[in-house]
Amino acid sequence: MTKAMSGAKMVVQALKEQGVEVVFGYPGGAVLPIYDEIFQQNDIRHILVRHEQGAVHMAEGYARSTGKPGVVLVTSGPGATNAVTGLVDALMDSIPLVVLTGQVPTFMIGTDGFQEADTVGITRPCTKHNWLVKDTAKLSETIHQAFHVATSGRPGPVLIDIPKDVQFATADYTPKEKTRVAHYQPRLKGDPDAILRLVEMMEAAERPILYTGGGVINSGPHASRLLRELAAATDFPVTSTLMGLGAYPASGKNWLGMLGMHGLYEANLAMHGCDLMINIGARFDDRITGRVKDFSPHSKKAHIDIDPSSINKVIRVDVPILGDVGQVLEDVLTLWKARGSKVNKAGLTKWWKQIEDWRAVNCLAFKNSEKTIKPQYALQRLEALTKGMDRYITTEVGQHQMWAAQFLGFEDPNRWMTSGGLGTMGYGLPASIGVQIAHPQALVINVAGEASWLMNMQEMGTAMQFRAPVKQFILNNERLGMVRQWQELLHGERYSHSWSESLPDFVKLAEAFGCKGIKCQDPKDLDDAIMEMIRYPGPVIFDCLVEKHENCFPMIPSGKPHNEMLLGEADTQGVIGAKGAVLV
Amino acid sequence: MSALNIKKGSTSHSAYDLRDHNATVIESHTLAVIVENEPGVLARVIGLFSGRGYNIDSLTVAEVDHTGHRSRITIVTSGTPAVIDQIEAQLGRIVSVYEVHDLTAEGPCVQRELALFKVAGKGEARIEALRLAEIFRANVVDSTLESFVFEMTGTPEKIDAFAELMRPLGLREIARTGVAALSRGA
Repeated sequence: MTKAMSGAKMVVQALKEQGVEVVFGYPGGAVLPIYDEIFQQNDIRHILVRHEQGAVHMAEGYARSTGKPGVVLVTSGPGATNAVTGLVDALMDSIPLVVLTGQVPTFMIGTDGFQEADTVGITRPCTKHNWLVKDTAKLSETIHQAFHVATSGRPGPVLIDIPKDVQFATADYTPKEKTRVAHYQPRLKGDPDAILRLVEMMEAAERPILYTGGGVINSGPHASRLLRELAAATDFPVTSTLMGLGAYPASGKNWLGMLGMHGLYEANLAMHGCDLMINIGARFDDRITGRVKDFSPHSKKAHIDIDPSSINKVIRVDVPILGDVGQVLEDVLTLWKARGSKVNKAGLTKWWKQIEDWRAVNCLAFKNSEKTIKPQYALQRLEALTKGMDRYITTEVGQHQMWAAQFLGFEDPNRWMTSGGLGTMGYGLPASIGVQIAHPQALVINVAGEASWLMNMQEMGTAMQFRAPVKQFILNNERLGMVRQWQELLHGERYSHSWSESLPDFVKLAEAFGCKGIKCQDPKDLDDAIMEMIRYPGPVIFDCLVEKHENCFPMIPSGKPHNEMLLGEADTQGVIGAKGAVLV
Repeated sequence: MSALNIKKGSTSHSAYDLRDHNATVIESHTLAVIVENEPGVLARVIGLFSGRGYNIDSLTVAEVDHTGHRSRITIVTSGTPAVIDQIEAQLGRIVSVYEVHDLTAEGPCVQRELALFKVAGKGEARIEALRLAEIFRANVVDSTLESFVFEMTGTPEKIDAFAELMRPLGLREIARTGVAALSRGA
């Protein structure tokens, strides 16, 4: 059954049919017809943001914490260009988003009209796919296809640019089930021969490691369950990238902690020393590999990934398995059981012994203080006081993000939202609002640095307007901490523009927004202050004044392999050579 | 093709991985990319090459199936074996791309390019140009008393060779279409 309606109505109808409950957006001239339709219905909730970048990050937080695609609606020109950072962020971290942008009417395209920008041209490399819809008759079908593309295979952001005249014109609505499904159908099932080879290697391995990534989370909760089952069946150690935290529980007995540039000593040395590395939905990012030439030199490597271009891109692997993590893990486990597979017990016992020795180094140890709050201590207390709660964590980008990854424990997937690939300062506050909108009863905390937080602080207005009681836990060192750390280690302690003068009074700022502000600078007051933040029923800006020159360790300096790790201040003299200095 | 039916220069997708993927030698490969003929599709392909720092030595594109709206893009690119594999994978994940074929890796293929040469001259040079054109089976498609336009179809190497010969004989301009290629056999 098709039904004639305006393009604008079609947009709302198609979103409803896709099960969309929330849209994050900001109106403007080129999307007014759609906003008029939104006004006349109650099924889809619209969250009015304060800046389009905020809308996209909110949609990311929403998507990452629910597994459903996030939807964004913004106007043409500046509305679309403001969304670009969020699009690239979602592309790098494989977050499914459907972004709708208004466009000047078709007859004005190319005339440099008011608020005209070549949105599909600008966003072509920033999206998984994008469309400019010039004919209302194709609009609903395009929206349905967009949801298919955003959520199939390796998820990602898609964008549909809709000229204003297309929104006004009427045409027949194409329902979801009548939509020609795009030929885009990524392969989900892994090659059985490759899976057999992997299982054989798992049986023989003496020093195996499961290296997991965001792909496990994107594959759905089912994949996380299977990962836990696999770790239990084999007793293999598990480490994870920043994006994969929570897929395997931090309290799990095989957990080594995060790996990578600021990953744990035991995780990185296990990666370096293993004889079988099983990459499950991770992508050998440069924060993970360090110097590629010396990356895990003595291991056979298997790589499970749904994206063929991720396989052999950076690190050549011995057993590539193209497919969905959940499906491949299921097949691996089935085969493991069917063969009555046994692990190399003697080898594995020795391997765990070695790992325990590394663990004994206690790489996260830091020198606490009774006078100033150490950022690590603040996070230890936050962890202790919120553990077991229905808790979601978002972060900004920088030192605080790495400390959060090190000191907070995640028991379940979809509980940790952070900007990994793009490293977008300003992500955490809007993302926390998106999470809170999806989970109104949960405790949502954005672990932030003051510099990142200021980049999108206008979104506190959104939090207030939509009663999202997000907690902004700001570790305030009055510095761009990570930049400062690199300047200390690499640039002769010349702290070029890495501190902020004239920071706002965050408590007064909170009052200005109408929410609660808490300031804490004495370690003795910290627990009470955190509890006050948790108990307050509305949004809180928590200004936690911390040690200003704390460095984040462990650290693998740029251009170094995993086994040349810095554990503390004593290790830092002249560690990064000229070659490493050119890397980021 | 050999009796064993092992594909020449087989890729990592075949059972016989004969290439050294850590090799640093630069290879030239001809790729055929079948795409949905929609606005911006060429920009997606070209943007991929520029954005990721791959080379395009030659590129041709035209719609080959008017009812199905399919275009065929033939790209000659160069890179190490690992880069060539990565290009193929990256092209394959563009949503409007239906198929990617590495014609160089998949077996023997025929490659043809069309070129037009404007050669101006008088006397001996003019006669020599015409004589060489005959040897190369180039056609004269325009002629004045002082110039010829030759049309030639052939491999890029043949066109290069003819251009070199024409240079001292008064070559003024050259227009090339870029390579079109098909695999040999059915």
